[in-house]
Amino acid sequence: MKRWLFALLLATPLAFAQEGLNPEQTQRFQDLIEELRCLVCQNQSIAESNAGLATDLRAQVTEQIQAGKTDAEIKAYLQARYGDFVLYNPPLTAKTIVLWVGPFVLVLGVLIAVIVQLRRRPETEPDEQVDRAALKKMLDE
Amino acid sequence: MFGLKRLVPLAIVLALIAVFGVGLTLKPGEIPSPLIGKPAPAFELPVLGQPDQLLTLDTVTRQVSLLNVWGSWCIACRVEHPLLMQLAADNVVPIYGLNWKDEPTAAQRWLQRHGDPYVASGQDLAGNVAIDYGVYGAPETFLIDKAGIIRHKHIGPITEDALNNTLLPMIRDLQAAS
Repeated sequence: MKRWLFALLLATPLAFAQEGLNPEQTQRFQDLIEELRCLVCQNQSIAESNAGLATDLRAQVTEQIQAGKTDAEIKAYLQARYGDFVLYNPPLTAKTIVLWVGPFVLVLGVLIAVIVQLRRRPETEPDEQVDRAALKKMLDE
Repeated sequence: MFGLKRLVPLAIVLALIAVFGVGLTLKPGEIPSPLIGKPAPAFELPVLGQPDQLLTLDTVTRQVSLLNVWGSWCIACRVEHPLLMQLAADNVVPIYGLNWKDEPTAAQRWLQRHGDPYVASGQDLAGNVAIDYGVYGAPETFLIDKAGIIRHKHIGPITEDALNNTLLPMIRDLQAAS
């Protein structure tokens, strides 16, 4: 029983059910708050964070959904106030280009280095002939 | 050729040290505000202590002003408070308060105990004005000019250094310009 409760606890996503939203709006709310960064605890989304500001921002998102704003409008609203930083999925700009392209450049660089190394390696000599009889004798001893 | 190759790991380590060294000087807690150079968001808030009166942006922009986000619950606000008191006493620049998500009675008691440098403080009980200003922690201080443009945002407690080398020169320039 206890185990089941614990499993249930683990399985339950951190859901901040907001009153006054229909199921479709609730889904949008959940998706949105997972894409918005909590600025106080910078490695959490406002869906995960219990900081006061995250609570306020969730309320703000709820209000704007109720007011009929689109997802893009809500994101733009917060972006205008908190900057790109509030978006977990930042837009591709001159400032964020390293963020987007950097990992691929790195992987490509490593790949090229590995290929160059592999090519440079001389052909390996065929293994030395092992004196199997001698080996067997040694092992048997 | 052989000697050069052996230097590669050293070069990588040095490059990493340089990257980490630069990283140490950065302040990831300070998120640059996109509102600099933009019009300050309008607001209308009940004045702390006189809730039947309203503090509006129009009042703030009568002169070059500071808008300081504070709360009685905010420990770091106490650090900068003596500097704000000094600024107010020297009549350098009017300081308005944005009393962020605070209990009005607690806020008033706090001002009685530590002194009140504010011309007036607006009660932002729900924190909506703070969100409009992109506030994510107290204290934060906005420098707003007479045209209502946000010229600067100081994040965290104002330090002696930030006051003398950044805020005061900017304030003087803006005052001279208007």
